[in-house]
Amino acid sequence: MKAPAIDKKVLYAYLEEIKDPEIPVLSIIDLGIVRDVVMNEEGELDVTITATYTGCPAMDMIAAAIRVEMHTLGFKKVNIRYAISPAWTTEWMSKEGKRKLKEYGIAAPDKRFSIPADGVECPRCNSVNTRLISEFGSTACKALYQCNDCMEPFDYFKCH
Amino acid sequence: MSESLINYTLHLADNALILGQRNSEWCGHGPVLEQDIAITNISLDLIGQARSLYQYAAEKMNAAAGKEHPAVTEDTLAYYRTEREFKNCLLTEQPRGDWAQTVLRQFFFSTYQYYLYQQLQQYADTNLAAIAEKSLKEVSYHLRWSSEWVIRLGDGTDESNRRMKEAVNELWRYTGELFVPAPYEKELGIDPGSMQADWMKKVSAVFEEATLQVPEKIFMQTGGKTGVHSEHLGYILTELQYVQRTYPGCEW
Ligand SMILES: [Zn+2]
Repeated sequence: MKAPAIDKKVLYAYLEEIKDPEIPVLSIIDLGIVRDVVMNEEGELDVTITATYTGCPAMDMIAAAIRVEMHTLGFKKVNIRYAISPAWTTEWMSKEGKRKLKEYGIAAPDKRFSIPADGVECPRCNSVNTRLISEFGSTACKALYQCNDCMEPFDYFKCH
Repeated sequence: MSESLINYTLHLADNALILGQRNSEWCGHGPVLEQDIAITNISLDLIGQARSLYQYAAEKMNAAAGKEHPAVTEDTLAYYRTEREFKNCLLTEQPRGDWAQTVLRQFFFSTYQYYLYQQLQQYADTNLAAIAEKSLKEVSYHLRWSSEWVIRLGDGTDESNRRMKEAVNELWRYTGELFVPAPYEKELGIDPGSMQADWMKKVSAVFEEATLQVPEKIFMQTGGKTGVHSEHLGYILTELQYVQRTYPGCEW
């Protein structure tokens, strides 16, 4: 049996509604977690995702949310497949995602700071007169900073 | 071959799980908030590595056992095996001790993992290679963080230096095992001894900056990789496995 056609664009639009539970302004599409959606020969939907961090506790929630969203659309059997290679990288984060991050108060990944150091741009006042407080932040993906100009502490989404 | 690959994968997973569990004991007790968060982040990374590795081992075990056997899962591997079945190195199961002992152990282990995963990235088994590639990014952070702490405490106050020296005395004897191949490594043609020179070079450089002495040759404790553990592992497993053994299969 030939697999029935699905409109990926439409499905992606629905997946766009699923947010990262820890950074609720970012969708799983913005993050680049969704690698592919296909209908297999048995008429089941295979969604392939790649975890951001190996220990990210949000991944189980995200997988459950994808199931619910796809069931709601009428897909009876939904398989979530985890792809470990190639490894997820912040390069997969969309431009739109980076813009939303900054608006939310989190400095977006910046290649010049692939090893976190002083000087990441403050998402609040755009100053680069900032200092690294800790390479480990409130979640596995973030480092902790403080701005020396506006004095606000902020998170930096680390390059990965 | 297949059995050795399963045992080797379990060995890597057990290392990550047991050290992750040990470090998690600091949750809510770290010396300052930022470092409490750092050590628990490292725990989470290690437990994440363990999950990927257990999932892969379970897949291999189920394929080898055939359908009539009950399915092995990442959870049954973590929660239902006994001490003698765990293959982690003795270093990972030692008590957390004080902060000096915790960061020194992390430094020894992260240095080892850093070189190990670099090699494993090139390994013929593509699943292990992919897990290594992914984990290496995280291990780089662990290594930087723990190196900085060893230097800060070693080259710190009289008290922090004294505590770091005590930690070196306590833990050095468990570092030799990292480089002694277990039978399953030999069968796979994996030689952890090939990383020892790199490991020693990194440790010596950090120790020099930390004003610490690399100990003379001493007797090294071994056994963990083949399931012969120190008395500490039983206590960890008791805590780790209690809920699943009391209420088998429970979820929340
Ligand atoms: Zn600012």
